[in-house]
Amino acid sequence: MSRWIIDHLWLIPAVPFAASLVILSLPNGRHKSAALLAVAGQIAALVMSFFAFLATLQVSGFRAVQNFTWFTFGDHALRLGWLLDPLAAVMLIMITLVGLCIFVFSIGYMAGDKNFVRFFAYLSFFSGAMLGLVISNSLLLLFICWELVGLASYLLIGFWIERPSAAAAAKKAFITTRIGDLGFFLGLLWLYGRSGNLLFYDGGNGCLESAGLAMLGASAVSVALLIFCGAVGKSGQFPLHVWLPDAMEGPTPVSALIHAATMVAAGVFLVARVYPIFSLGAIDGVTSSLTVVVWIGVITALMAALIAIAQADIKRILAYSTVSQLGLMMVSLGVGGVAAGMMHLLAHGFFKALLFLGAGSVIHGCHGEQDIRKMGGLRRLMPVTFSTYAIGMMALSGVPLFFSGGWTKEEILHVTADWPASRLPYYFLLAGVVLTALYMTRQIIYVFFGDRRAASQHAHESPRVMTMPLIVLASCAILFSVVLTPAWPWLHHYLTDEPAHFEFARLIQPTLFLSLVLVGAGVALGIGMYRKAGAQDRQRPADTDPLEFAQPQLFRFLENKMWIDELYARTVIAFSCLSARLSDWMDRHFWDRLVRGFGAVGRLFGTFATTVDERGINAGVDETTVGTRGLGRLMSAAHSGQIQTYLGVIAIGVLALLLFYAWLA
Amino acid sequence: MVGLISALILIPLVGALALFIAPERNARPIALLVNAVAAFDALALWRHFDIGAAGIQLVERHAWIPAIGAEYLVGIDGLSLLLVLLTSLIIPFAFLAQRMDRGFCALMLIMQSALYGTFTAQNFVLWFLFYEMSLIPAFLLIKIWGGENRDRAATKFFLYTFLGSVAMLLGFLEIYLARGSFDFATLASLGKNGLLTGKLAWLAFAGIFLGLAVKVPLFPFHTWLPDAYESAPTGVSMVLTGVLSKMGVYGFARLLLPLFPNEIRIIGPWLLALAICSIVFAPLAAWAQSDLKRMVAYLSVNHLGYCMLGLFAVAVSSVGAAIDTQAALSGVFMQIFNHGITAAALFYLVGLLEQRRGLRGIDDFGGLMQRTPLLCGWMSVAMFSSLGLPGLNGFIGEFLIFKGSFAIAASFTAIAVIGLLVTAIVFVRAMQALFSGPLAESCNAFSDLLPREQVAIIPVTLLMFAIGLAPQFIFNIFNATVVQMARLFS
Repeated sequence: MSRWIIDHLWLIPAVPFAASLVILSLPNGRHKSAALLAVAGQIAALVMSFFAFLATLQVSGFRAVQNFTWFTFGDHALRLGWLLDPLAAVMLIMITLVGLCIFVFSIGYMAGDKNFVRFFAYLSFFSGAMLGLVISNSLLLLFICWELVGLASYLLIGFWIERPSAAAAAKKAFITTRIGDLGFFLGLLWLYGRSGNLLFYDGGNGCLESAGLAMLGASAVSVALLIFCGAVGKSGQFPLHVWLPDAMEGPTPVSALIHAATMVAAGVFLVARVYPIFSLGAIDGVTSSLTVVVWIGVITALMAALIAIAQADIKRILAYSTVSQLGLMMVSLGVGGVAAGMMHLLAHGFFKALLFLGAGSVIHGCHGEQDIRKMGGLRRLMPVTFSTYAIGMMALSGVPLFFSGGWTKEEILHVTADWPASRLPYYFLLAGVVLTALYMTRQIIYVFFGDRRAASQHAHESPRVMTMPLIVLASCAILFSVVLTPAWPWLHHYLTDEPAHFEFARLIQPTLFLSLVLVGAGVALGIGMYRKAGAQDRQRPADTDPLEFAQPQLFRFLENKMWIDELYARTVIAFSCLSARLSDWMDRHFWDRLVRGFGAVGRLFGTFATTVDERGINAGVDETTVGTRGLGRLMSAAHSGQIQTYLGVIAIGVLALLLFYAWLA
Repeated sequence: MVGLISALILIPLVGALALFIAPERNARPIALLVNAVAAFDALALWRHFDIGAAGIQLVERHAWIPAIGAEYLVGIDGLSLLLVLLTSLIIPFAFLAQRMDRGFCALMLIMQSALYGTFTAQNFVLWFLFYEMSLIPAFLLIKIWGGENRDRAATKFFLYTFLGSVAMLLGFLEIYLARGSFDFATLASLGKNGLLTGKLAWLAFAGIFLGLAVKVPLFPFHTWLPDAYESAPTGVSMVLTGVLSKMGVYGFARLLLPLFPNEIRIIGPWLLALAICSIVFAPLAAWAQSDLKRMVAYLSVNHLGYCMLGLFAVAVSSVGAAIDTQAALSGVFMQIFNHGITAAALFYLVGLLEQRRGLRGIDDFGGLMQRTPLLCGWMSVAMFSSLGLPGLNGFIGEFLIFKGSFAIAASFTAIAVIGLLVTAIVFVRAMQALFSGPLAESCNAFSDLLPREQVAIIPVTLLMFAIGLAPQFIFNIFNATVVQMARLFS
């Protein structure tokens, strides 16, 4: 089976794609078949991914490649390929597993929607595109899947198509990510021109292998930075992060899919995949391209964590936490901790899907309300949602020991502290840890503790089909730690191709205490600030956020996302619109007028010619004609046809002749 | 099989004559029948075409007017075959787009014959004859059956392109007087060492360049295009953008580049700059349009700009690697075909919207997805194809053009990606305005795609998928030609 799947790796993305096509051709009412097909496709992909994963365990440093010619232009072949290695295998498992939970959850969440069938078609398509992305052995094939992921997110964010805000958010997501993609595209072209091969691994000639890298030479930094543009767009890094929070306009399972298993993971994965280009020519593990990655990550992580504190929408808080966590992963990649970054990506995939689905369950229970200030006291009404959500919250905040997020965050802090270029990122990340614990505590207090408020009066626990995925994901968030701890860092060694040993003593490390203190501080601060958040507290009215009460200006700044959207609207967008109008104006009033000017010159010449014609030549001809005609009339008058007249004229003529001769004689 | 090409040129002409003895109401079925025969002929041509061989094949040569070097000389290479196939595809598609009376059908068939002739003629006099022959039906079709402002648009279209043709004719006369030949192959072989010398060469170059640049059109000679495409009836717009605009690109590839390699190399950066202007300013202008047809027209300018970018980059490269030249040329040929079917499909779909609503402003619609999901779905495919989404046809051509051009003229190509972005903005904006939001009152009674409309649009759309996923069957047509042409430039 393992052998078979290596040869048929393409089936893993193909099955969800096929499911999507079949679902799309179903009539609108066939809810059951649509859900069944989508889930079956996902299960099939999961099973195949599992066998693929098993195959990678056989030897250390496993790598299987399947290249094929896509097409031949001129006499050159353009080749694509599939690749299975540990990096791809863990992504496959995460995407299919998290995806499956989200699919099942959606059956309950979308039950009443009239476009249920279309929704599952899009979901399957999304999953297929993402699976194709992680097993691509060619930067071009990766780019193709990358764009398809973008298309799927566009369709899903704008799924509630009758809502203008959803359509606007979808447009924003598509265009913002495309800005980054164009950088990626240029990087790809540059790489293709330099190394002549877009395959990652091609028996020694691939662009990530030593020969290909050698041809890249000094342009590696530019290529890496251009490719990074794509990652910035897709993974919501500053300054292209603005689309990600707006993407919350889509149905909640879509948010979970975008923010956990697919889409945003793509950017981090891309950097990890082409890491040899980033680290080419590194001195002490530092290159200029990696330094850029680190600082973009730091800015993103801190900025998003700050903004999250002042948001009131349950999904937006999670959205900003995603942005912040992705920044964290980028920092990790930038300082050289590829394995740490990828581990955090995987752990994040599980607990962020859990949090989003939990948020979906809360929204479902509160009949569509998303404002956390209107909730409260839900922990008794929705016990399953509450306990699983709490697990997700602790994993995200990085509570040590039992939660996957704690271990991976630990590892990231560890590698960041060792970065030779600067200690600053490390301190910023520590601040980020406190902030993360703070905003998650705030959210959980608002939603689950305190008194019931407007929206939570008639809340109810969600049906089994929705809570089961929560329980599965919560278990994953905890059990995943088993392969992450420093005592048995199996996953780390699996990714970096080193044998793992079990050593219990390594479990206790100094950073563990540091992180315990920081998370504890964040949670304590949160409890201190928001303990009575939903109720009236001294002079503060019940509907005012404690931070807003204490620091209204700071709160306004953060609540409005640091005015970045407004800044873009006034600068980049205004400039683009202006150039559009200017281009149109130039066409109508400059170029066209120029052409008409030439036309006018022609017409002027025409008029001149006409005048010469009419007044000069033609007039002369006319005069002649008139003269001739007069003569003719005169002549025709003479030819009257009357014999008497003719005889008379003849008589006169004869007389005249006789007189003439007489005069001569 | 000798005679296939002449038959191809004659079939639509005979069809046009046959229309006048047939009853009026049968005009369109007869035209479609004629097209079926022509398509059959074109497919036979494809079958007899040796894809492995470079150079002109299936040549038919007859003496015509020896005194002026005019010959009846037709033949095809990969590029010609590609365009013949494109013509055979777009014209029947256009016939399905709208109601047409007898005169309309006859003129369309005459235009079709002229197009076949243009793409197969290998002697300038013959070529020019067909080239001009296509202009008159187009002019009449716009002038008689066009929409608002048709007189003005038709006159502008005619005068502008005709002026270009005159300039081109003068250029060729100069060449003939100096070299005594009108044969494309002979001239191309002379081109390498300079066809003409001194000022004369530049004059001839300028004349031919002007004629072709207007035809494509290349910025800033494009202002006739939005007016003409906007005023023309749907079927004519489809042919204008799908095939007629390719005559210009074909001319550049077949004539200007081989005949004047040295001149182009000297002013290459300027030409590239014009191509970049087409690529960047046209979609920006499209963004500012509220009329859907005008919007699509401007995007056509942008897409043809990519073709120009690729061709000029190839011509400028003196030391370009073979792979880059071949990539750019393959990309241009691919783009010719892709733009043909995609832009025609877009005009067709805009035509469907116009038939339903009576208007075609971007704000005259809203929430169509709720009322006509099929129409929206297929239209989205065409739009995504046009904005170059991978998996659809548009991406293949654009990727190769950019691949080739970036290696040769990196900075120009880097600017050109702005065009990709703006095109995306224009389409996503259109999709938002047309498909999403609450259903507009005026669109309440729209019918979704009718069966006869599905028959027209679905095969073309499936072709977009086919090319996007497995494009080899298109590449096979012109690969040998690409290799041969690339050798010419290196």
